[in-house]
Amino acid sequence: MENTGLNKVDLIFEKIDNKEVLAKAFKMTKEEIIKEVLDSGLKGRGGAGFPTGMKWKFTSEEKSPEKYIVCNADEGEPGTFKDREILDRVSNKVHGGMAIAGKAIGAKKGVVYLRGEYRYMLPKLMIELTSFHKMIKEIGYDFNIEYRMGSGAYICGEESALFESIEGKRGEPRNKPPYPTVSGLFEKPTSINNVETLVTAMMIVKHGAKNFIQYGTKDSRGSKVFSVSGDTPTPGIFELELGMTVLQFVDEFGDGDTKAVQVGGASGFCVPRKKFAETIIGFEGVPTGGSMKLFNSSRSMYNVLHNYLDFFTEESCGQCTPCRVGCQQLLKGVEKVKKGEAKSTYLNELMKLADSMKIAAKCGLGQSVGNAFKSIVGNFKEEIIY
Amino acid sequence: MINLIINDQKVSVQAGTTVLAAAKKLKINIPTLCNHDDLCVAGNCRVCIVEQKGARTLIASCATPATEGMEIHTNTLKVRNARKHIVELLLSEHRSDCTKCYKNQNCELQSLANEFAFGDHIFLDLVEDKKYSIDRSSPSFIKDDSKCIRCQRCVRTCSELQYISAIAVANKGAHQKISSFHDRPMSHVVCTNCGQCVNRCPTGALVEKTYIDQVWDAIYDPDKHVVVQTAPAVRVALGEDLGYDPGERVTGKMVNALKQLGFNSVLDTDFSADLTIMEEGTELLVRLKKALVDGDTKVSLPMFTSCSPGWIKFIEHKYPEFLPNLSTCKSPQQMFGALAKTYYAKKRNIDPSKIVSVSIMPCTAKKFEADRPEMRASGYKDVDYVLTTRELAVMIKQAGLDFRNLEEAIYDSIMGESTGAAVIFGATGGVMEAALRTAYEIVTGREVPFGNLNITPVRGMDGVKEASIKIEGCVEAWSFLEGAELKIAIAHGLVNANKIMKLVKEGNAPYHFIEIMACPGGCIGGGGQPIPTNMQIRKNRMKAIYSEDENMVLRKSHLNPEVVAIYKEFLDKPNSHKSHELLHTHYVERDNF
Ligand SMILES: Cc1cc2nc3c(=O)[nH]c(=O)nc-3n(C[C@H](O)[C@H](O)[C@H](O)COP(=O)(O)O)c2cc1C
Ligand code: SF4
Ligand code: SF4
Ligand code: SF4
Ligand code: SF4
Ligand code: FES
Repeated sequence: MENTGLNKVDLIFEKIDNKEVLAKAFKMTKEEIIKEVLDSGLKGRGGAGFPTGMKWKFTSEEKSPEKYIVCNADEGEPGTFKDREILDRVSNKVHGGMAIAGKAIGAKKGVVYLRGEYRYMLPKLMIELTSFHKMIKEIGYDFNIEYRMGSGAYICGEESALFESIEGKRGEPRNKPPYPTVSGLFEKPTSINNVETLVTAMMIVKHGAKNFIQYGTKDSRGSKVFSVSGDTPTPGIFELELGMTVLQFVDEFGDGDTKAVQVGGASGFCVPRKKFAETIIGFEGVPTGGSMKLFNSSRSMYNVLHNYLDFFTEESCGQCTPCRVGCQQLLKGVEKVKKGEAKSTYLNELMKLADSMKIAAKCGLGQSVGNAFKSIVGNFKEEIIY
Repeated sequence: MINLIINDQKVSVQAGTTVLAAAKKLKINIPTLCNHDDLCVAGNCRVCIVEQKGARTLIASCATPATEGMEIHTNTLKVRNARKHIVELLLSEHRSDCTKCYKNQNCELQSLANEFAFGDHIFLDLVEDKKYSIDRSSPSFIKDDSKCIRCQRCVRTCSELQYISAIAVANKGAHQKISSFHDRPMSHVVCTNCGQCVNRCPTGALVEKTYIDQVWDAIYDPDKHVVVQTAPAVRVALGEDLGYDPGERVTGKMVNALKQLGFNSVLDTDFSADLTIMEEGTELLVRLKKALVDGDTKVSLPMFTSCSPGWIKFIEHKYPEFLPNLSTCKSPQQMFGALAKTYYAKKRNIDPSKIVSVSIMPCTAKKFEADRPEMRASGYKDVDYVLTTRELAVMIKQAGLDFRNLEEAIYDSIMGESTGAAVIFGATGGVMEAALRTAYEIVTGREVPFGNLNITPVRGMDGVKEASIKIEGCVEAWSFLEGAELKIAIAHGLVNANKIMKLVKEGNAPYHFIEIMACPGGCIGGGGQPIPTNMQIRKNRMKAIYSEDENMVLRKSHLNPEVVAIYKEFLDKPNSHKSHELLHTHYVERDNF
């Protein structure tokens, strides 16, 4: 993997003295912490890309004696497995990031919502958490973290469904507004951040925002961890500077026959070969929570699409019409077109439906089904029809 | 105040007002489905989407509070397209066989389809792929999943208003559905048959089980003598299904209509409501006497009313340890039924096996009640068929009656006589008020000390009401009550019943007598009442009930001449042996799931 032009970064997994960074952070005022994170331009690494500093600022401005910092470790997006690695290797930095966020927003309690399938990690995480609690006590800081297990539903990674789930209710997204910063877990002001976001924020506090903005672009500052899978000789976890094009990425990770890259998992976009060069991986182009899946020419894009639609049809929480029924229609629709039981022009109706889902569904799940659908159907129509 | 602009018109609203409500203020109509005034906001059907300037997506107007400077458009191309898609999507999951559907022409989905999705459907039919089931196990209602649009109104109703959660959302994605505990039949879960969910279901997915055809058959059977009783709350609501505004009383026209339909005798549940007061009031006084004079510590106090069969099933499931606190009196419907095939049969010289006893009720739980094995005191099924207010309206339409122009008629006799005290049974607090009017007078020899007999502290829509009445100047037989303060409480809607029951369980309920009605507002808001029912409509019906009371000559149960007569001729006295045989019952403990 030499000589590719991709800039590898070592921030997330960098060995640091946790205690020292935390001691430094706890000496800062909350305004100072928030300013540093705002200046860094860090955007959430969970997928939606909301500026982390803003989220902390809004939460800190809420007047409530009780607030929460929630770490989203549900990692349900197909093709993402970076949060597992982060928790496995540097859970201390995750806990540290939560404590710093807690300081910034004024929360004394943190909750990690851990993907059900990661339960096997829990014993180790508990040991690490105990020593973490001990350490911050030594620094003289009052902050407490708890783990809650998810139960396998993709929708429970959506922030408000996640709160419902922690509260013991059915994991269904809530109406927004109110946003979590105003009314989140147990209806208290809450900042919910992805695992990686929290670690990145901690490293920003350590190295300073100036250091962070050396990397990346105006819209996509810094670096992030990618989960690379599919038709690649080198699957795995890679921390890369943001701002590369899909072409640069494929040059590094492709198998020489890459015809498409699904950026951002099932809810992300499919980039076809002809657009590799012009498409930037980042918020100015195709954003990703980390999932990068490569497809070579042996793959049927119909099957790829079918897979994603199957996934959404099952994983929609089912409460709102555009998503619950829309997913079923998209799925059944492409099946019928493929079989020749519906006219190929029916795809046009489905494209319009995907547009409606994008603007009318209640939460991010239903709103993003159209991403994969439109980009795959739009770019590989012949594979869907024939 | 918050200022916003909707369709280029300015409007100011209170903070917290939704965009939907703000639009309504401007008389701009936005279609809705999952929204219901009685329930918390769901925001799941998405039919009410509108465009907000500057927003990335459309917003659900029912779920979005208005904010300062907001600019909203309710009818853009984007909105229309998305809304049409939503209605089409709902229809694609829905078995649209309107012509055989009970909700035909009274269906919110159908109206939306008329507006947005006439002509060929855009999308594929999904119904064929689904294994929808129909649950006919409840004697009160049918749950047909193929008609369900997953708006969750029923689920919210059952948990928020009734604190039961007999139904809940199960599964996710394409398999999401409204289900009972472990998918058990509705007849085998905690469901109280209150029908509140039925009243709020926008489609034909939850409808009462109708017995209209059976009733027609009985009417046309020359061998049968068909008697019909009408509950107090029906007369103030029936009009709504026949083109009247909520709150118009149609008693006389209803009676005439029933005669035109061919019932042999049109009688009044009010009669047995008055009887209930005599029996239940006496029962209360006897319990009080046992507790106060005889020092009997086993007397179950507070005593609870027992006229609401939804409430009865609730306590049987949830608080069975308090069954002894229930009055043993049957509901007025069942007292009537037991007497129809005994006293009435004898007086009218009719073979009771030839009597078909029908009741018109604001309630779906009464259908279940009539089926209870305890309700055969006459040796027959005491009440054969129970129809809701809505079903009666259907019959009137089927018969082609020009309801508006019918002459007013009066009830037949015997068992057709009423007092104002019986009429107010239809509203929350009414049983209590009626009981006080009579019991106070029995004990003191004087009328209740409230202007014009209106015991206002027990009236109104507060979920839980409390009052106390000081008893002074007792007649000799009741002198042990001298100076006592009778403490009472009233709850309507089972969520409020549960609040009181919690207090009772904790020993924090200092009451002697508690009236509980399963439905919000009491029977006027019953599950069998016209759809829609909401707070404003309940208030209108309640007002009508009290004006009916004020317009009656007789307003105290013990003055009902037919009640006086039946004790003289048949029952002897309240709580007599005969009364116990016919008018009282017992209860059973039930599982809590
Ligand atoms: C259907 C759905 C699933 C999601 N799953 C995850 C997830 O597994 N992990 C995650 O961090 N964020 C997930 N998100 C995004 C969260 O809602 C939320 O935006 C994120 O946790 C915020 O953290 P961040 O700002 O640090 O990215 C999901 C969103 C949706 C709509
Ligand atoms: S968009 Fe899908 S997942 Fe989100 S609330 Fe609607 S049905 Fe549920
Ligand atoms: S529920 Fe409504 S739309 Fe459906 S069949 Fe019945 S009347 Fe027609
Ligand atoms: S009838 Fe009443 S108790 Fe039964 S499901 Fe409906 S609301 Fe719940
Ligand atoms: S049964 Fe009726 S009220 Fe309940 S979700 Fe279905 S359509 Fe809505
Ligand atoms: S009425 Fe607003 S989402 Fe259903």
